[in-house]
Amino acid sequence: MANVVLVTGVSRYLGGLYARRLSHDPSIERILGVDVVPPRHSIGRAEFVRADIRNPMIGRIMSQAGVDTVVHMNVIATPKDMGGRVTQKEINVIGTMQLLAACQKSESVSRLVVKSSAAVYGSSPKDPAMFSEDMSPKSLPRTGFGKDSVEVEGYVRGFSRRRPDVEITMLRLANVVGPTIHTSITDYFSLPIVPIPLGFDARFQLVHEDDAIAAMMLATTGPAVGIVNVAGDGFVTVTQCTALARRPVFPVPLSSGSLLGAIVKRSGLADFSTDQLTLLAFGRGLDTTRMRTVLGFEPQYTSRSAFEDFARHLRPAVPGVDGVGDAVSDAAGGTAAAIARVFDRIQP
Amino acid sequence: MSDDTTATQGAVQPVPEDAPERAAGQAMERAKERPKPAKPKASKTSKKKAAGPKKAAGPKKAAAATTPAATTSTSSASTATGARKTAAAARPARGAFAAGAARASGERRRRSGTPLLPSEPVEVSAARRLAMLEGAPVVGAPAELAAGETPADLTPTESTVAADGRADTTDVTDSSTSEAAPASDAGEVSADASATDEPAPAPRRRPTRASMRARRTAEGEPTRLRAVPSVPDDTPASDPAMAGSARPARPSRPARPPRSAISANRAARHTADGAGSGTTPSDSILGDILTDAEVTPSAETGGWEHSLTSGLQSRAERLVGAVLEAAEFSSEARPGPAELVDLAVNVLRAAATSAGLPAEEVERQVADALAYLRRRLTGDYVVDEFGFDEDYTVNVHLPLLRPFYQKWFRVEVRGIENIPSVGGALVVGNHSGTIAMDSLMTQVAVYDEHPEHRHLRMLGADLVFQMPFVGTMARRSGSTLAANTDAERLLRKGELVGVWPEGFKGVGKPFSERYKLQRFGRGGFVSAALRAGVPIVPVSIVGAEEIYPILGNMPTVARLLGLPYAPITPTFPLLGPLGMVPLPSKWLIEFGPPIETTSFGPDAADDPMLVFDLTDQVRETIQQTLYSLLMQRKSVFL
Repeated sequence: MANVVLVTGVSRYLGGLYARRLSHDPSIERILGVDVVPPRHSIGRAEFVRADIRNPMIGRIMSQAGVDTVVHMNVIATPKDMGGRVTQKEINVIGTMQLLAACQKSESVSRLVVKSSAAVYGSSPKDPAMFSEDMSPKSLPRTGFGKDSVEVEGYVRGFSRRRPDVEITMLRLANVVGPTIHTSITDYFSLPIVPIPLGFDARFQLVHEDDAIAAMMLATTGPAVGIVNVAGDGFVTVTQCTALARRPVFPVPLSSGSLLGAIVKRSGLADFSTDQLTLLAFGRGLDTTRMRTVLGFEPQYTSRSAFEDFARHLRPAVPGVDGVGDAVSDAAGGTAAAIARVFDRIQP
Repeated sequence: MSDDTTATQGAVQPVPEDAPERAAGQAMERAKERPKPAKPKASKTSKKKAAGPKKAAGPKKAAAATTPAATTSTSSASTATGARKTAAAARPARGAFAAGAARASGERRRRSGTPLLPSEPVEVSAARRLAMLEGAPVVGAPAELAAGETPADLTPTESTVAADGRADTTDVTDSSTSEAAPASDAGEVSADASATDEPAPAPRRRPTRASMRARRTAEGEPTRLRAVPSVPDDTPASDPAMAGSARPARPSRPARPPRSAISANRAARHTADGAGSGTTPSDSILGDILTDAEVTPSAETGGWEHSLTSGLQSRAERLVGAVLEAAEFSSEARPGPAELVDLAVNVLRAAATSAGLPAEEVERQVADALAYLRRRLTGDYVVDEFGFDEDYTVNVHLPLLRPFYQKWFRVEVRGIENIPSVGGALVVGNHSGTIAMDSLMTQVAVYDEHPEHRHLRMLGADLVFQMPFVGTMARRSGSTLAANTDAERLLRKGELVGVWPEGFKGVGKPFSERYKLQRFGRGGFVSAALRAGVPIVPVSIVGAEEIYPILGNMPTVARLLGLPYAPITPTFPLLGPLGMVPLPSKWLIEFGPPIETTSFGPDAADDPMLVFDLTDQVRETIQQTLYSLLMQRKSVFL
């Protein structure tokens, strides 16, 4: 049972949300929040420790506080927040290595919870419709966040071999959306005009931020379950999402997608890496049977309602677009009225 | 140390630690994270809300009008009457000018409304009736009024009206009296609302409406027209009959929006018609003339000079009235969506009738298409985990294939009863025809011919899903990757799964090897059926081999394009894109009796010998059926 919990990445949105939620749990004695930058949001009763998980100091903190549960939420999916791909990889891969090294040394740690991602499954036309936890990707993600996630999972597997006494729960979350969270997928659908791969309309799953946190909570306090996929029920497609977000689409041939992705990335509007492009073209499905049966988690939001919740808080693509719409419909109405008149006159 | 950290934390963040409420925290975060404060956002949403009702009403109306359900007609009618009510309320009483305009437009509108229902009684204007009395040829029988009457046709009528100043003056005086009661329009509105189950402006129910008006005039306005009181005793009797005989095939037509105040003299005329419709036409015409004569004694006493001046005056008044009406109309600027839809429906119906198609059918199809478009644009559809989109499949995919199925290949289906009505089954077929047309036709056959209209979920090669457009279409129409995991998942869900185990070897084989089954894969489909415990239904397809006879292959081109083969058919590279038109062979699809697999148990899937045996059994069954079908076939193309 978790008593002293160490949470990495509390200054990030999900980490802060998780720390706040954990603060409500009276059974937890002490919460340590670790990050390199101080949080700009409340982290509840968690104590903030300014430390870099890439630094061996994390081991000292663990032993001093007697941490028994380590929650690793510092695998970053959005490089633009953290100063680019190099920093992202440094934090994700080297940070995980250091953290796991500290855990391996620690006497007190008895449980490790890792927030992983469905990106480890990659995305390709050869994929089965649904990935269950024991399946391996048909094409390993070779770039960006997906590759980082695969490496993180590799280190966690190595750790579980070396410390079989530590319980490990690893949640592979589908793309997280919500009214306040910023992820690559929310940035993408917030673009004023959404570029979509020409001739493709991938289906994918989403998980609401509240559900993601609830699943992490369950993984922390409940029994250890190993690897579990977490996703909302049902599927949405890219064009369906753009329709729900009331965004015009701009089809782009997939071959030129990486070029466009580079432009979009440069402009700082959204992160548009290759693994995300393949997701938008071929989609991905997660089998959530284990989520229900083993983890015992029932998401509150379906993929669609999660996206709708996000889309509700989305500003219109162009400010005042509703006013423009009204003006256009006024003009159209006037024109149609004139046509109606003409029609009436010419037809006896 | 922990003191230190809390101190830092306190210094950095102004949020009090004892405020763990999530909502508050989030609000603060939002305020901090986003450069723009939360307040304008809130005001924006409130503004949106304020603007809400107006905007929300629009799409709803449009949506309601486009769906052909019976409920819709009532709702759209009620919205239309709502619009009418406001229009009527907004319209001020204006006097003889407006009345003239109203009369002119009412006349035109009435006639533009009638055309599409030829069998209905079409009322004849006073002038026309006069002409009839005088023995002048009447242009445009009721049926021809539909689309045949042209503007040129209108002019003789008008000129007679103008020449016969007496009738015209009558009209003007009539309508000037009617303008005294603008509220009577509201009364009419309520009457309309009560009769929403009928197509509102259809000429059929004109007598009904007229009779209502007549009743009202009989109660409230006794001074108006003397011809009216004689009517009510026979119209109420005909009223329900009329309602009953109202065409049921026009449910989705929304109520016609009101134009400028439909003047009461028109109502009087309706009542006259309602009375006269049962009797001989000459009776009603006589009655009409009598009415006119009774109402306007002054016209007769004034002599021809008076009639001439009044005729000129009425003409001028009508002209000014038309201008006034136009001004009024353009100032309205925004007719309700119901009006627009009504206009569109009228145009559509006119077009359909002139093209010789049943108007109702065309209207329904267009309404369905619009409803589908709306669902697409609002994202209002569901895809399952395989990407299957039933809305798309039923409304786009299958309708696109049906012309091929019915007209081009004239597919004949046998043994559809061998496909179970419920539960999973694996349909295994022979593959041929250069492109996988046979699987698509089998999909249509299963959906159209099976009493349960089941969807055939097909398994395709990964090449299919790599290709843009093709892959998307395949996923949306229910196909998924030919892999054991997907096949078993579908079968366990109780779906009907179609598989063509020959794969590209079957589709791309040369014409000389037609109807010779290739190797049936590795028997993966049998093990999937064994694990899921579902029957295997063999299907034999004859005719697909001849649609693109492969005479040769272009391996270099195929390699360049990354395709398994690049065929040469009698027409393909030769005629360019025209060569992609399949030859119209006659097809036979026969579903064989199902082969049960449940008796072997799920463990049998791990017994390779059994799997091979079953594979061979299925293959042999299909091959034998193919031979027998080929024997029965009279000719390739007939």
